[in-house]
Amino acid sequence: MKHFRYVLLLLVSVLLTACSIEPWVKPYERANLADPIMSFSRDPVSASYVHHVQEVREGARGAGSVSGGGCGCN
Amino acid sequence: MHFRSFWSLLVLSAAVLCAPLRAAVLPEDRADALYHRYDGGGVEVDGPSILVRKGNDKSLSAFANYNRDSVTSASIDVVTQGSPYDEQRTQYSVGLDYLRGKSIMNLSYTNSDESDYSADTVSFGVSMDMFGDLTNVSMGFSRGWDDVERNGDPDFEEEVDRKTYRVGLSQVLTKNSLLGIAWETISDEGFLNNPYRSVRYLDPGSGIGYSFQPERYPNTRNSNALAVRALYYLPFRAATRAEYRYFTDSWNIDAHTAEAGYTHPFGHWIIDLKFRYYTQTSADFYSDLYPFRDAQNFLARDKELSSFDSYTAGVGLSYEFARGGWGFIDKGSLNFAYDYIYFDYDDYRDIRDTSQPPGQEDPYSFSADVFQLYLSIWY
Repeated sequence: MKHFRYVLLLLVSVLLTACSIEPWVKPYERANLADPIMSFSRDPVSASYVHHVQEVREGARGAGSVSGGGCGCN
Repeated sequence: MHFRSFWSLLVLSAAVLCAPLRAAVLPEDRADALYHRYDGGGVEVDGPSILVRKGNDKSLSAFANYNRDSVTSASIDVVTQGSPYDEQRTQYSVGLDYLRGKSIMNLSYTNSDESDYSADTVSFGVSMDMFGDLTNVSMGFSRGWDDVERNGDPDFEEEVDRKTYRVGLSQVLTKNSLLGIAWETISDEGFLNNPYRSVRYLDPGSGIGYSFQPERYPNTRNSNALAVRALYYLPFRAATRAEYRYFTDSWNIDAHTAEAGYTHPFGHWIIDLKFRYYTQTSADFYSDLYPFRDAQNFLARDKELSSFDSYTAGVGLSYEFARGGWGFIDKGSLNFAYDYIYFDYDDYRDIRDTSQPPGQEDPYSFSADVFQLYLSIWY
């Protein structure tokens, strides 16, 4: 849990220092980023199913592009 | 970490945000109806998943999900330690997202229910756009309560408590690339093993050279996972992505996951290709064959806790229809996805082979076919 506190502190310091940063990608330059294919999980229903298939059969868990819940998989 | 200090930091983080330049965006209104099927290693699981999301066009968006898994299991554990079974798992989720300025708060509840296992999870999260909306920071907390039962044994009743903390960062790097970093720590406390599974130990008195005893896990498990993922938009209309995740836990399982994907639209069609590699070390109390009964405090012979590699190759095909709108529908898509997964175990042996002495059977391996067929509509 100690690590978690450090990460949060880091996050807060970054927040405090960054209000003056000029965005280097302008709103009108974001056409490609707004394309639906630029998504880590385009279809949530499919992403959460794939996440479940992996979580049940692997020892590792967490930090996926979808958050799970109630796996029921001891 | 003390729960109260987590919240004070959360509030502090929210308080230092810059003034909004552009509002964050709620998830799109859409409905998905999915049929899924998994077939591998003697296990067949199939069923529907329905996900509906609807917002009020201003500040609220709600979702509901229903998923059912119908399981027929004659897996290697079941064949060698019990008898094949059928069962159903039903999962419901509901959630609400609330948009305020550049922040979105979400709250969700999930219930998963089987004849011998039920799990309730409540999640809360907040995400904020900042730095000219090039950066999105998210934090979340989940709390889970599981009830573990054993079919045929009405006196057996155990519990598991779960706590999950998540921190995520999504960063626009250039007008063609995105970076995501996610960190998640999970702590479990309670009955963490499977009430049906056994471990094997050398037993010269037994005809086959070994006997079984119930597995026994520690009552706590803490894990950390850190993932880095990147998306890149190619000069022609296509996207590539790469992901890496490192995982470590208090049972000494270390895992690495690497995944790469490619998405290419042409006309009404979108094709997705992916490859995923996963490798893990075994839990430190795991053994395929213990030297004698009660050889150590904790005992496990679950293949999920053994040392293994897995490889996934996947292809997806989507057809977009009604792109100009049709009735109340803004657009729709019909999607098919197929994943081939190969699991290759290092120290989990195939004990169906009785021609070899105990401990010298071939390591187990199997492949699985995973199908998804789904219809999505946006409105």
